[in-house]
Amino acid sequence: MTGLNLLRALFVTMKNFVRAPFTVQYPDRRVGLVGAAKAEGKSPLGLIRNNPKRAIKAMAMLATVPEKVPQNKRFRGNEFTWLETRCTGCASCAKYCPLGIIEIVTHPGGIDVQEGESYGIDVFDIDIGRCMFCGLCVEACPYDALHMGATFERSTYTRAGLVIPVDELRAAPKTPSSWFRPQFEERGFNPFEEQVENHHEAGRHEQPTPEELRQRWVNQR
Amino acid sequence: MTLKTEPITINIGPQHPSTHGVFRMRVTFDGETVVDLEPIFGYLHRGSEKLAEERTYTQVVTLTDRMDYVASMTNNQGYILAVEKLTGIEPSPRGVWLRMIAAELQRIASHLVAVGFLIQDLGAWGTPLIYAMREREKILDLFEMLCGARITNSYLRPGGVFMDAPDEFWPALDILLADLPQRIDELDQLLTNNEIIVARTINVAVVEPEAMVNASITGPMLRAGGVDWDLRHRDPYDYYDQVEFERPLHTASDNNARYWVRLQEMRESIKIVKQCIERIEPGPVRPPEVPFLVRPPAGDGYAAVEAPKGELGFYLVSDGGIAPYRCHVRAPSLINLTLLREMLVGGMVADMFVSFGSIDINMGEVDR
Repeated sequence: MTGLNLLRALFVTMKNFVRAPFTVQYPDRRVGLVGAAKAEGKSPLGLIRNNPKRAIKAMAMLATVPEKVPQNKRFRGNEFTWLETRCTGCASCAKYCPLGIIEIVTHPGGIDVQEGESYGIDVFDIDIGRCMFCGLCVEACPYDALHMGATFERSTYTRAGLVIPVDELRAAPKTPSSWFRPQFEERGFNPFEEQVENHHEAGRHEQPTPEELRQRWVNQR
Repeated sequence: MTLKTEPITINIGPQHPSTHGVFRMRVTFDGETVVDLEPIFGYLHRGSEKLAEERTYTQVVTLTDRMDYVASMTNNQGYILAVEKLTGIEPSPRGVWLRMIAAELQRIASHLVAVGFLIQDLGAWGTPLIYAMREREKILDLFEMLCGARITNSYLRPGGVFMDAPDEFWPALDILLADLPQRIDELDQLLTNNEIIVARTINVAVVEPEAMVNASITGPMLRAGGVDWDLRHRDPYDYYDQVEFERPLHTASDNNARYWVRLQEMRESIKIVKQCIERIEPGPVRPPEVPFLVRPPAGDGYAAVEAPKGELGFYLVSDGGIAPYRCHVRAPSLINLTLLREMLVGGMVADMFVSFGSIDINMGEVDR
């Protein structure tokens, strides 16, 4: 009991005290004048000239900038991306959902986008209040019509607001996560910057041959 | 004049911040000494075993995530091994190496949580716990790269894993493996010889190795008593017979020994991950002939893995359908709890939660 090891332990905490912070102040971080100007890509003087209100706020340490940890492209988020033109209404996703939270109502005789007949979709509701984002529905989709989304910030005041109705699915931005979608990963699709414009882009391509996989492995290591 | 003391019975939990979940203890104290203790659990029972009977073999993977939510990858691994044994699926080598990497990273993450919370139970609120959680976050970032989720991974599938690791995973893993030993050394320097921790943990809650073997206790708790029992070594699953690692053993079997074994096991896990990276070869991560709906023949199969908490076993009975007829989980947390009374009775109030935390239980796994 000399207390020497306590001093060694305190040395460790001192080392960590001067280390750069690891914490991210989600959702926003207080900034001063320099930080606020940097967030808008201006010099501090430029900010004072262009936006004096915000500059005063920043000088009083009341201005905030949003901050977030960068997500990965495979992130299984909650805004599902659904491409109606690829969907045939086969309800594989509803069948493979472990919780049974996808509700699909169809009528026969939709538009033929794939070979063979497809159904017109009347209802395609996903109750994400009960969803656990396992992604099995995406894995089960044979036509690559349903994808996981890339975002996670969907909070509402009611449980009913957590049901994504079909109209919202149609209108939502097409930013699919590359979870179980190697075709996005292969061409470097970034859901945080771009959207899927054409439904042909979302399709599955040929599997890479073992030789190609080997070559890629050689390049990586 | 002598002071007369009377035993007093107190309910601790289920909503007590120190009980590591919704765990309840009915403890009888005489002054500051514990004279009797009765563990009561079942507050987090979600019926996972029953729910598994109504889900297909692939869907059950999502249930196993939620049993031990600090170590989802090893839970998936145990379940998938049982399914593969039941169906006779031969897994792809690359898938097996990938899931070994994932499982060892998960072991480091789980031990970090165990060490951090053990020190927090001692009263060091904050510092060591935050250091441990910070390192765990980096591992969870890698899991997000692999499978898009941080806690509830659902990464493994019968025959391997669902998807190959992305290109950016390997450099990130190299950075982590270069950084992690220093951080573990830092924890070592901070805690191992710290006078306060030594005084509080040595010779506290000693359990005899014979009693632990009789109670079928497994994991770091058993190895802290000097019993060399590690399923990765005794009954190698996956490719653990092809990697070299040591099994840190301690003989004291007290709280300090349990902490020390966990700290050393993290270093061994780093070694295993490094060997896996050298051995992994390109190829498919899952045999293409494995269907989405696995339909094993009638029969039963048991597979066990060395989870961070101990031996985690899955016993599956199939009647030839798409869902298991019965699924039983041998949860290490539940079985390691059976010696709680022997550990705590005779000890002090202040040591109660430290000893309890040193078992490293997870209520999600105890109640399932």
